[in-house]
Amino acid sequence: MSGPQNHSDAHGADHGEHGASHATLRGYLTGFVLAAILTAIPFWLVMADVLGNATTTAIVIMAFAAVQIVVHMIYFLHMNSRSEGGWTMMALIFTIVIVAIALSGSLWVMYHLNSNMMPMAPGDHPM
Amino acid sequence: MTTATAQQDKADVPVFHLTEDEHEHSGGSTMLGFWMYLMSDCLVFAVLFATYGVLGRSYAAGPSGADLFDLKLVAVNTTMLLFSSITYGFAMLAMDKGRQAAVQGWLLVTGLFGLAFIGIELYEFHHMILEGATPMRSAFLSSFFTLVGTHGLHVTFGLIWLTVLMVQVSQRGLIEANRRRLMCLSMFWHFLDVVWIGVFTFVYLMGVLK
Amino acid sequence: MNSYPDWWKLVFGRFTLEAIPYHEPILLATFAAVAIGGLALIAVITRMKAWGYLWNEWFTSVDHKKIGIMYMVLGVVMLLRGFADALMMRGQQAIAFGANEGYLPPHHYDQIFTAHGVIMIFFVAMPLVTGLMNYVVPLQIGARDVAFPFLNNFSFWMTVGGVVLVMASLFVGEFAKVGWLAYPPLSGAAYSPGVGMDYYLWALQIAGVGTTLSGINLIATIVKMRAPGMDMMKMPVFTWTALCTNVLIVASFPVLAGTLALLTLDRYVGTNFFTNDLGGNPMMYVNLIWIWGHPEVYILILPCFGIYSEIASTFAGKRLFGYTSMVYATVVITILSYLVWLHHFFTMGSGASVNSFFGITTMIISIPTGAKIFNWLFTMYRGRIRFELPMMWLIAFMLTFVIGGMTGVMLAVPPADFILHNSLFLIAHFHNVIIGGVVFGAFAGITYWFPKAFGFKLDPFWGKLSFWFWVIGFYVAFMPLYVLGLMGVTRRLNHFEDPSLQIWFVIAAFGAVLIALGILCFLIQIAVSIQHRDRLRDVTGDPWDGRTLEWSTSSPPPAYNFAFTPVIHDHDTWADMKKRGYQRPLDGFRPIHMPKNTGAGLIISAFATICGFALVWYVWWLAALSFAAVIVMAIAHTFNYDRDFHIPAETVLREEDLRTEQLARA
Repeated sequence: MSGPQNHSDAHGADHGEHGASHATLRGYLTGFVLAAILTAIPFWLVMADVLGNATTTAIVIMAFAAVQIVVHMIYFLHMNSRSEGGWTMMALIFTIVIVAIALSGSLWVMYHLNSNMMPMAPGDHPM
Repeated sequence: MTTATAQQDKADVPVFHLTEDEHEHSGGSTMLGFWMYLMSDCLVFAVLFATYGVLGRSYAAGPSGADLFDLKLVAVNTTMLLFSSITYGFAMLAMDKGRQAAVQGWLLVTGLFGLAFIGIELYEFHHMILEGATPMRSAFLSSFFTLVGTHGLHVTFGLIWLTVLMVQVSQRGLIEANRRRLMCLSMFWHFLDVVWIGVFTFVYLMGVLK
Repeated sequence: MNSYPDWWKLVFGRFTLEAIPYHEPILLATFAAVAIGGLALIAVITRMKAWGYLWNEWFTSVDHKKIGIMYMVLGVVMLLRGFADALMMRGQQAIAFGANEGYLPPHHYDQIFTAHGVIMIFFVAMPLVTGLMNYVVPLQIGARDVAFPFLNNFSFWMTVGGVVLVMASLFVGEFAKVGWLAYPPLSGAAYSPGVGMDYYLWALQIAGVGTTLSGINLIATIVKMRAPGMDMMKMPVFTWTALCTNVLIVASFPVLAGTLALLTLDRYVGTNFFTNDLGGNPMMYVNLIWIWGHPEVYILILPCFGIYSEIASTFAGKRLFGYTSMVYATVVITILSYLVWLHHFFTMGSGASVNSFFGITTMIISIPTGAKIFNWLFTMYRGRIRFELPMMWLIAFMLTFVIGGMTGVMLAVPPADFILHNSLFLIAHFHNVIIGGVVFGAFAGITYWFPKAFGFKLDPFWGKLSFWFWVIGFYVAFMPLYVLGLMGVTRRLNHFEDPSLQIWFVIAAFGAVLIALGILCFLIQIAVSIQHRDRLRDVTGDPWDGRTLEWSTSSPPPAYNFAFTPVIHDHDTWADMKKRGYQRPLDGFRPIHMPKNTGAGLIISAFATICGFALVWYVWWLAALSFAAVIVMAIAHTFNYDRDFHIPAETVLREEDLRTEQLARA
């Protein structure tokens, strides 16, 4: 948009978001270091087979992934409960709920369909 | 006119419209709208993750993740993406300070990291296909190539967008519209990073676990 | 096919002259009718020298009002196509018994029922609700346009692109023969090798892009562009339902896009997502498509609930009963609609635990819906009800929808569903809720907001005739299907052996004819109303004594909607303003900042449509070229920074003075 912005709007709380990214060098560096650590540990756990147990390793690395996603959200995507009057946070939470429903629901439904309807050769289905 | 019904005390009549203000919104909704788009994109990836989750062990007597994945390569690739994230962050910081040359420089570095990421991914795909592990080989490979490939396609479009923005910044400088676009691309780029966390954990790392 | 030289395949892909169905008399006649009609239309437009007007004022317009009207026109035109399919099916089923094979061979009948479902959902119901939301929402929240006006225009043309592909399939090649949700393996490359499935995939993919973007657009509009003072709990109910609908669109259409993309890969690349071998699993498709499919049902019905709410409070002359509970019911339905998808495939064998979970969630969703029915009833209770046409649609809806809802709860019980699944009982159920809910709602909304859009009311005589034909026709057409379903007749059959069933199909066909008369009366109503527009003229801008902000502007509203941004103190804003003695401002106008028209949206979607068509026919060079054109055009559009202009204050003053004169004469 050309021309100066004027934001004496009546519901001006929504404004002032654009034009500046609200980022700080410190924030980016913190995020980067945390992300690097949170990436390195799961790779190490799997590549060096530290825990010796596949199930435990899977749970641990999933936990690391969840934490790292939160780190990226906060430090890189600058998520907080105030931006855009809380709507971005609300949209994110809604999306996470829908994604969780779609993922876990599909796995649950398809697992039951498979075990009821599709007997397979033993080698095909290691679950 | 129908308004002339119940005329009340004039002092009671509140303000019904803004006379002073131009109710101007142009561009004010862009960040929220783009965030909504990212959320919808998130659901496309959810479909692909769900498909991988359901079909990811259907090897059809073909190769499995443990046979195919080279975690060292994936680690290098992840590093590329992570570096590109922080360099994009530096571009944003430079933008806040209005330093156009620095913005362009950091964007270029980001683009190069992105290019390296795509290059490594293509190398990996090429290698797998040469071994006979094509997307047609099994449902596992179909869902693997589609999930990882869709992420790669997004990065590719991000690179095209980044190039276009570099041209536009060089033409018009860091004007309001360009800053808004740079911030949208920033969200897009970091969002792809978040998706990649899911990919390397769910697909690669868990794929090689026995 | 073999007689074609090699270069033919390179240039035209798998298109051959045999693909044009000149041996099918029905299609040939349809084609002739469409061609003659189209040529006549083109001739009339050329004769009136209207091309420039259409291009400048409509096709390239970014005005939400004009785009809304174009969506409505698209929806009504496609209703004729979809309903023609319905009539053909009813005719076939009424006569095809025993030795009589009917007039539609299976391959043709299968295309018709697929096209009927696809068109009615994607290209009739969706454009109608999107059109109403587009037109009404910005006016209801006191905004001058949507948040992304260019995107709005682009979304519309992408929807048109999908329509063009579906219509093209009628005359070039064929359409899918797989049912409206195209379950694999039937829809896979092995069992549906022809172009029909590919038309289906690309039409829905292209239209889906438009739908998703328009969803994002309307959410951003509602969230960011409400007039000052309108907090969430002061929003009109229609805007609330529009918000929830668009949230559902944004959170479910990507699932459709992803699922169809996987099927497309199966068909084009040879991957094994939904195939029978190499680990593929067709049931995963069914699972994914219904994760989109069930929210889709609520995408259609929620805005109609909003329309009914507006009508109930306007024509009862009082506030909506239980506004808060209405809002919460809408939000609860939005979330619950993601938890019920498996009830569409109880019979696929998920087992007791899964089936009972989804059966129970399905039953729970009827609670907020029931709460809404009571809210409308209590709104009418002790109201000063005016039985105008929109109110009549509302009452017909409530009676019909309750029946459909109850048969829905029956289907939600898994053991009952095992008997009724894929029977005509199911067909009767969903037509009961979609016609009784969405179609009646669309007609109610058209009747209600038509005077706002055009400045004159619709003729009530022909409207009432249409209403009675529709309502009676619906019952005559679909009650027999409930009976047949309970007797065990399944859907999608083009021939029956048992002659004792025939009478029910004949009754149903008669009902379809009644509905056809209803549609005819609707078209006559529009024509008659245009002819008598001076008699039906409304100059107040508020013909129904409305309660929400859209009635405070002139009819039709000026391009900028509101000369001054309104300030909101209460919900039912306009009723509040009238009660408190609002005076229209007559001077002090300022220039108004508005978006510029652009042809970019139309051009980009034209290339996308060409790309889809080329992909259907394997014309790879054209597909690559047109895809590149889409990208280049999109990038070129971003180099256009000059996207808005100011309407000068003098123009605003002239428009508003005109309105002052009109009001004085009223």
